[in-house]
This record gives sequence, C-alpha cells and structure tokens, in this order.
Amino acid sequence: MTVVTLTVNDELISANAGQTVLEAVRDSGGNIPTMCHLDGLSNYGGCRLCLIELGGSPKLSPACFTQVQEGMVVFTHTDRLIKYRKMVIELLLSERNHICAVCVMNGNCELQAMAAELGVDNVRYDYLSPKLAMDASHELFTLDHNRCILCRRCMRACDEIEGSHVWDISGRGIDSMVITGLNMPWGESDVCTKCGKCVQVCPTGALSKKGSSVAEMKKDPVCLRWVLDGRQKGIWDYEKRATRLAQV
Amino acid sequence: MNKRELEAAAQSELERQKKFCHRVLCCNSTSCMSAGAGEVLKTLQQSVEDNNLQKEIEVSPAGCMGLCSAGPMVTVQSSDSENTLYKEVSPKVAKEIIESHIVKETPIDDNIIPSDFPFFAKQMKLVLAHSGLINPARFEEYVALGGYNALAHVLRDMTPSEVCETIHKSGLRGRGGGGYPAGLKWNLVRRSQGSHKFVIANCDEGDPGAYMDRTLVESNPHQLLEGMAIAGYAVGADQGYIFVRGGYPGASKRLDQLETAIRSAERNNLLGGRILNSKFGFRIDLRVGAGAFVCGEETALMASVMGRRGQPVPRPPYPSDKGLWGYPTLINNVESLSSVSTIINHGAENYSKIGTTGSKGTKIFALAGQLKYTGLIEVPMGITLREIVYDIGGGMLDGRTFKAAQTGGPSGGCIPAEHLDIEIDYEKFREIGSSVGSGGLIVLDNQSCMPDLARFFMEFCMDESCGKCVPCRVGTRQTYDILDNITKGSATMDDLVKLEDLCIMMQETSLCGLGQAAPNPILSTLRYFRDEYEAHIKDHFCPATECKITKSPILDLVNGKG
Ligand SMILES: Cc1cc2nc3c(=O)[nH]c(=O)nc-3n(C[C@H](O)[C@H](O)[C@H](O)COP(=O)(O)O)c2cc1C
Ligand code: SF4
Ligand code: SF4
Ligand code: FES
Repeated sequence: MTVVTLTVNDELISANAGQTVLEAVRDSGGNIPTMCHLDGLSNYGGCRLCLIELGGSPKLSPACFTQVQEGMVVFTHTDRLIKYRKMVIELLLSERNHICAVCVMNGNCELQAMAAELGVDNVRYDYLSPKLAMDASHELFTLDHNRCILCRRCMRACDEIEGSHVWDISGRGIDSMVITGLNMPWGESDVCTKCGKCVQVCPTGALSKKGSSVAEMKKDPVCLRWVLDGRQKGIWDYEKRATRLAQV
Repeated sequence: MNKRELEAAAQSELERQKKFCHRVLCCNSTSCMSAGAGEVLKTLQQSVEDNNLQKEIEVSPAGCMGLCSAGPMVTVQSSDSENTLYKEVSPKVAKEIIESHIVKETPIDDNIIPSDFPFFAKQMKLVLAHSGLINPARFEEYVALGGYNALAHVLRDMTPSEVCETIHKSGLRGRGGGGYPAGLKWNLVRRSQGSHKFVIANCDEGDPGAYMDRTLVESNPHQLLEGMAIAGYAVGADQGYIFVRGGYPGASKRLDQLETAIRSAERNNLLGGRILNSKFGFRIDLRVGAGAFVCGEETALMASVMGRRGQPVPRPPYPSDKGLWGYPTLINNVESLSSVSTIINHGAENYSKIGTTGSKGTKIFALAGQLKYTGLIEVPMGITLREIVYDIGGGMLDGRTFKAAQTGGPSGGCIPAEHLDIEIDYEKFREIGSSVGSGGLIVLDNQSCMPDLARFFMEFCMDESCGKCVPCRVGTRQTYDILDNITKGSATMDDLVKLEDLCIMMQETSLCGLGQAAPNPILSTLRYFRDEYEAHIKDHFCPATECKITKSPILDLVNGKG
C-alpha cells in the first residue's frame, strides 16, 4: 500500500493512499468533530462539522470526503472553522426541540456532547420549535422527530448494514422528515426486522428503546463495526465458520 | 441519410416554401400561448381557408420572436418583401392580417413593429437566429436553414480533439450560471477513461422568471440535438440525456415536442447508430425532473437521472471523472449546447471576436421588470447594462426611475444605478458582487424595496433547499425569518449583524451551489442599499413603498391602529 505524507496543523503525519483526511487524522491520534459520519457507514457530507482548510485553497472541504494526497497541507482547527462549527450546532439546536432535561438521551447524547465540546453556551437564533408528532407504533422503539437532526445515520445503517431500507426522507429543506416504509407508522412497516441498528446509531434521542425514561437511553454506535467485522470474518456463515474452526 | 441527402432535403424544403407567396408564422411559445396565441393560430388558418388561399399562404406555428410582453406575435414572410412583425395580435387582427395585409396589401399599422424598432436593433441573434422563423415540429425547416450541416462537417472533417479545440478557441463559457470554459470541460471528459460516456443537457432552469432554455427548446429543439451530438462525438459519448424540468403547466407539451424532434432526427439518421453514415452513433433520451431547483445542480441532477432522490453530493469526484453510474459525463446547459452548431458554422475565430477579453459570444437574457419592453433578448457580451435597459428595454416605464437590476436570480445580486455602464462580462459582474448567472435580468424601479427583494429570493431558496446540509437547511430559514422581521419593521440592529454573519457562514460551509449562493442577494443589497435596511430597523420605515411596512408600527400604535 502506498504511503503518503501530509501536514496537519503543522505536524507531519503519514497515511495510506485512499484514506480520507478524517481517517488519517484520527489514525494519527488527532480529532476532527463529526456528526453525520459514522465508521462503517457510507459518508454523507451533510453536517459540515468536519470542514477543514486546505493550504492553497480558499474553499473549505469536508474531511470525511477529502482523499489524502502527498504533500497536502491541512488545518483542522482554525478560528474560522471553530466559529462555523459552533454555528452549525447552534443552527441544529434551533431547528427542532432539544430540551435535554426531559430527553431520554440526556447525558449520553452526541449532539449535547458536541455542543459542550465546542463551547456552545447559547443559541443566537430563534428556536423554530415545530410541533412534530412522535411515532410510538413500533413494539420496541420510539421515533421522536423533535429530536432528529436529519443526519441520516439511521437510513444508512438500515440500508447498508441491515439491508432493509426502512428509512428514507420525505419533503425537502426545512420540511425534511425521516420516514419509515412508504411514510407509514413504523410499526406497520413489514420490512423492519426489529434489529435496532438505527436506534444504536442515532446520535440523539430521536430514536430510543421503548420504556427508557429521561437519561436512561444509552447507545452503542460502535456495534456497527462489530457487525461488519463479524460479517467479514464470516461469523454467521456456517461454511466459513466450519473451515475456520477446522483450522484452529 | 448522408451529406448529399441532407442537402437534397434542405433544397426540397426550400422549394416547398417557395411555392407559397406568403408564410404567416404565429409564435407558439409559452408566453404568447398564455396571451392567446392558440386562438390566433386557429383564426389565421380559418381565414386562409375561408378565402381559399391555401395554395398561396402557409400558416405555421413557430418559436419565440422575442418581444414576449407584446404577445401574441406574428411574422409575415413574403417572397417579394421583408418580413413584417406584428405585436398584440388578437383573433380580429389575425383575420385582418390575412384579409387586409396579404390580400389587399394594406398592413395594419396599429400592430406593426417597425423594422428599426430599438428593441431589436441592438441585439445580436446567433443562437436565437432561427427562433420564430421555423416550425419547431418540422425537422425539414431547420435543415432548410442549414441545420445539421455543422454535425455533418464535424463528422467528416474533424477529429474529436479538433472539435474540443474549436470550442475552446471560441471562448464559449458555460451558460448555466458558472461560466466554466466549455472547451476545458469537453477536453476533461474526452481524456477521461471509461467504456461508456454520457452527455447531459441541463434543462432544469428553475430560477424564478428565467425562460431562456425553455424557449430554446420550444423554438428550435434540433439546434440542441445537433449540439449534443457534436458534443458526444467530441468527448466520445454514445448516449445523451436531456434533463427537463417537469411538474409545471405546459411541461408535457414541451416533452412531446422534444420527443417528436428526437424521433424525426432518428428517422433521418441524424441520431442513433452510424449517424450520417459515419462510424459515430449517439442516442438521446429524455429524463424528467420533478420540478426542483436543486436538480439543476449537476450532482443532484445525475442522482435524479439515476432514479435517486435529487440531492447533491460533494465534489470531487467531478462528473467529468465519475458521473452517471460512475462513467465520465459531460454536463452542459441547453444554451451552451445550442451555441455549438453556431460556433462550428461561423468558425471559432468569428465567434470569439464578439465580446470582451474573458467573455465571448452572445448571451440570452430574460429581460423583465419595470421597462417599456421586456422579453427574451440575445446580446453580444460586452454590451453595457445601460444599453440593455435604455435602448433594448426602451427605458423605464413612465414616471419610474431606475434603481437597480437584479441578475442571476436567487444566486445573483443587484446592480445599482452607479454601475449602469458595466459591460456584460462574467468577471466584471463578479467584481461588483453580482453574477451574469443563467440569464435572468429584472429591472427594479424606485418603488422596489430591497430588503423585500432579498426576502423574496431567500424564501425561494428556503423552499428549494434539499435539506441535506445544515447551513442551507436551517440557515435559509433563519435568514428568511430575520429578513421577514426586517421588512415588517420588527428587527434590531443585532439581527443585522447576525444576518451578515450567517450569510458568510452559509456561503463558505454549504455543500452545494444553492446554499453557497443563497446569501448573494442579501449581501449585494446590503452592499449597495444598507441604508434601506437600517431605515426599516431604526425608523420602522420603508423608503420605497412596495414593502409591507410603509409606516412605522409605533406610529400606528400611537394612532390607535396597532
Ligand atoms: C442550485 C443550482 C441550480 C442550478 N440550476 C441550473 C439550471 O437550471 N440549468 C443549468 O444549466 N445549470 C444549472 N446549474 C449549474 C449546473 O450545476 C452546471 O454547472 C451547469 O449545468 C453546467 O453547464 P454549463 O457549463 O454549460 O453552464 C445549477 C447549479 C446550482 C448550484
Ligand atoms: S432519527 Fe436519528 S439517526 Fe435518523 S436522521 Fe434523525 S437524528 Fe439521524
Ligand atoms: S446547500 Fe442546500 S441544496 Fe445544497 S446540499 Fe446543502 S441543503 Fe441541499
Ligand atoms: S462528518 Fe463530514 S459532513 Fe458530517
């Protein structure tokens, strides 16, 4: 594998050709904030938190999509970027209804953690507070649109890992909403396998297990890597397992 | 069909037309149709029949004749004199055109447009040259005026790289708004490796008030098909798609027209396999969008063509590398592609003689607003805005004064009176904070409220945002709300700071051109008319009168109306 060298915040790091800047920076121990990205899922590029500056370009680039190149000069935490990241979180918080004190994810929420990490201590924009319905028709899970940040992780997990494609988006712009099935109550979708991956990967309290009360919902998005590793190793594949067992 | 047969077809059509002493052409484009051109065409045909003149007069529908505000338009072509152009033709006037103008040779003075009419004098019709002179449904009429000669010439005498070079030398830049040099893009796609390649004509045209592409397709569909086939040959593609906006009244008619044009080109071996007996084959199919502005953005457009949700993805990879289904794809605007045959026919040097250093050729604008004459115009690059407003547009309506021109629609900006002498040029427009855009040009008078204008365009962007990325999805809504408060007189100076801050953030962080350009109308109106914003905020007063607050709400309160 070809190795390339790039400069990140004035330090040299090496990376494998074909990696994204996000992967390279994280592999070398650094960090770039992300929200819509999740290891194991395809990239989406919607949250714009991972924007970075590239030397020689006035444009900002999403780290989750940008491929490393030899000699690339990357800045991940300039004043401009930090300011914009805060604004993204402010916009997200203003969009729907994020009253942590009464949320099942309080204390475990990625949005909340990100706001704290980036130092978002107030929201300058008016809260739009749309009054959106909840969907509790599923026997195991609940969907609360009021907490959804439209990151589409649920959609990608269900489509790409579980292979069900229960989730999609209806409407556009500020009226976008996640939907289940053909815009039917979740409980009526007969393609949902009830695996719960969407719930595990959802960064906020939008998807939760039924019965969880305030601050009781904990999620494990890393489960995806686990599923994928298992699939690669053929844990659920009888033939592969037999040969592997034979080898032991 | 081969080159000789093409010439023979042209000849026989010319002879057919010569048999008539007069041809009466009635504009059947959207604007004239809505002004009643359908009835006019019927009346023309009826009175020809009533007078038993079918052998002498041909009545035919045609494309746009330009002066759309004075429709329905009718052109009378006579074998022994110059064309006569009629405006505001009612069925009654239509009858008179046949019975008085043609039979008695007394033109109807009230409706005639003189041949030196200033609206037309300063225009330069290259791409629109045949618009209004041919029946778009008849392939033969395009061929009679030299149609498909460029394609035949290219296939016989030029290599693909020579074609790309010609386009490059002509200086043609993308007319869809970005102004990217077409020759460079063609060369990129030509050099890209791929077992398939595609050409897409972008006919999404979603800017409010713009109808350049729609008119080109309505008036002369074969010009687009010819341009696409030449592009296909130049980049090595074998399949083309025309992405047409759907979901509005009249869309299905246009689709039928395009379909007819494609079929007749195929029947005559100008599309399909082994075009004009060469080794080159190229097919064109239609794809219909659901009517979303964002689907004009190239990556969203491709998603839509592939049957997915019309939503952009980050570039790179660019379509020229990985486009439709991963294959190299050339995406050009309809006007860009419709210019191709003109460039080949007239030569790249001649085309590049028109215009400024950086912007060559002609540009079509949809001229609208408080002007005496409005409609579809084609002007040479480098003409000044003043000439467009005062010569072509005939100046402001009586009693109004020029305040600003808004170009580039929701992605563009405004140009105030102090810059009236600016030349039409991509870079010069950018310098003053506007953009040539795809060709919307709205002239505003002193009664137009600039914050209200910004609010209008932001509302459009908010409704059209796809919702994928946060800065655009939420940013358009938040900026809209602030603008709405400003125009209602209930905003504060803090809001103005917040607004500007958010605008810059959206420009820099949005995923696609929609979100990146959405703040442009705000920033440019702020640049030139900041005092108007401040008047709304500080004095609760709108200096213009079109805005919702014409008086202070506090004043209303004091007067007991609040
Ligand atoms: C939001 C958005 C809307 C667009 N709409 C159109 C359109 O309606 N027609 C068009 O030709 N180009 C449109 N474009 C530009 C296209 O993405 C693309 O640049 C263009 O079709 C390339 O052709 P050209 O180089 O010939 O201009 C749009 C771009 C954006 C960002
Ligand atoms: S439900 Fe959760 S995972 Fe799905 S889009 Fe909303 S926030 Fe993202
Ligand atoms: S900028 Fe707007 S239209 Fe473009 S991807 Fe983002 S949300 Fe969609
Ligand atoms: S993580 Fe890259 S845009 Fe969201």
